[in-house]
Amino acid sequence: MSVDSKTVKKIANLARIAMTDAEVEAMVPEFNGILGWVEQLGEVDVTGVEPMTAVIPNTLRLRDDVVTDGDIRDKVLANAPAAEHGFFGVPKVIE
Amino acid sequence: MTDITDLGVADIRNGVRAGTFSAREVATAFNEQVAGAKALNAFLIDTPEHALAAADAIDAKRAAGEELPIMAGVPIGMKDLFCTVGVEARAASEILNGFKPTYESTVSQKLWDAGAGMLGKLNMDQFAMGSSNETSAFGNVISPWRRNDGGNAPLAPGGSSGGSSAAIAARLCPAATGTDTGGSIRQPAAFTGISGIKPTYGRCSRWGVIAFASSLDQAGPMARDVRDCAIMLEAMSGFDPKDSTSLDLPVPQWEAGLSSDLKGKRVGIPREYRMDGMNAEIAAIWDQGAEWLRDAGAEIVEVSLPHTRYALPAYYIIAPAEASSNLARYDGVRYGQRNLPDGAGLQDMYAATRAAGFGPEVKRRIMIGTYVLSAGFYDAYYTQAQKVRALIARDFAQVWEHCDVLLAPTAPSAAFGLGENSDDPIAMYLNDVFAVPASLAGLPAMSVPGGLDSMGLPLGLQIIGKPLDEQGVLNAGLAIEERAGFTARPERWW
Repeated sequence: MSVDSKTVKKIANLARIAMTDAEVEAMVPEFNGILGWVEQLGEVDVTGVEPMTAVIPNTLRLRDDVVTDGDIRDKVLANAPAAEHGFFGVPKVIE
Repeated sequence: MTDITDLGVADIRNGVRAGTFSAREVATAFNEQVAGAKALNAFLIDTPEHALAAADAIDAKRAAGEELPIMAGVPIGMKDLFCTVGVEARAASEILNGFKPTYESTVSQKLWDAGAGMLGKLNMDQFAMGSSNETSAFGNVISPWRRNDGGNAPLAPGGSSGGSSAAIAARLCPAATGTDTGGSIRQPAAFTGISGIKPTYGRCSRWGVIAFASSLDQAGPMARDVRDCAIMLEAMSGFDPKDSTSLDLPVPQWEAGLSSDLKGKRVGIPREYRMDGMNAEIAAIWDQGAEWLRDAGAEIVEVSLPHTRYALPAYYIIAPAEASSNLARYDGVRYGQRNLPDGAGLQDMYAATRAAGFGPEVKRRIMIGTYVLSAGFYDAYYTQAQKVRALIARDFAQVWEHCDVLLAPTAPSAAFGLGENSDDPIAMYLNDVFAVPASLAGLPAMSVPGGLDSMGLPLGLQIIGKPLDEQGVLNAGLAIEERAGFTARPERWW
């Protein structure tokens, strides 16, 4: 399967990475090179094989449904580029 | 007296316990080494005060007659992937510019509890994506090693834990943390003539370690010999309720369990690892390694891991897929860098922030990961890769019926020159061809130095073990170490 610049643009948009047209063009052959290489997996017979979900058998633990942390608002906000009034600041998203 | 900075973890701890020198003397000596080695670009941030404070705490304990913990007085380097309170953690990226964690990773806390101190944060491939340390936003780490051809071509220290490997080989620290997603402890260890072990997936908590591919990421120690790795792995391991994939098992006493007597053990040589066009010196050191293990009492058996050749392509679907999901968190809202073009809305801010903050290799992997997880392609790529991964794990499970550990090369070549492999992503990915299968199966694996090639550069041997059998891996590593007698070290030029 080979991708074109339109597909790369779409993927860049899904990944939320701004790309110039020149960057998109440069990525098309790289993308196709990598995809062409990984597509050899298609030749493996996987009949009856379940996709792996855990490398080491392990059971997901349950814990008591109680609050175990909190009251750390200032710590949570300490690294925010634009914290305001105890919240994360973002550009306006509603008109 | 020998120079303190020539000592490893065990010797420093034992010396501090015995009072041969103080922990402060040790920290001071290594702080000076770090400060004098800027040409290697191994450390991103120096934290001499952290190392001294930890040392003073150990000296005070000793003065008070208290028992000293297993890494008492040992100053270490910390890969920039680990969060430590108040010290910038950037995964060698721009997007985490200014990020100072308000919390401590479980692994680093365990190391401090074991008496270690921090010399500084170590350079690495950006978000641990790379095999040469050339994707760091802070420039290449230069390996302390040079070829013996008289040229001074700067060499790659391996990656992604390239700051760790360079710093240990140059005696800037006796040991350092590494992380291994697809070879990032083992390949740099091989390139720089040191040892490093990736434990079984789940031994070391991933909490507070900046995520790359969560089903593969494992922390582990890097040091100059097997005993030092065993000590440090003991300090780093253990159950952590904050990591849902942490193994709730006691930590074995790996140091006490070290034994290079391999009588009754069987060592498998996977025939599929002997690839067409294999470097003759790599093949020779591999044969030599088998001979050393035979000399240690082991029986050598040839075994088969039929899906080996599919491991790397499966990895380059699975790891980018997980990375694209994990790295979605870098949005310019909660931490790190924000780029807000004039008049930009929220979506434009995300895209501008991520365009400016991620390096080219990180973007490439996020894009590939986004593609293989996108509607219409998920089954063809991601599900197929996870099925192949199950077959690779099954290959290993079947091989354990015939042997106790596997011996293989760590990397397909000795260290290459910086820039020599950077034009073609796939050529770079092939560096991890021997390392990735054990990662996909979550198995413990380590690299130990085997010898030097004709250019005077170190070559590593890899031992892969059964799940939870770090002891078997360490013991086979020790048997090789005792017989290889690897004492070569880079001549100081920095």
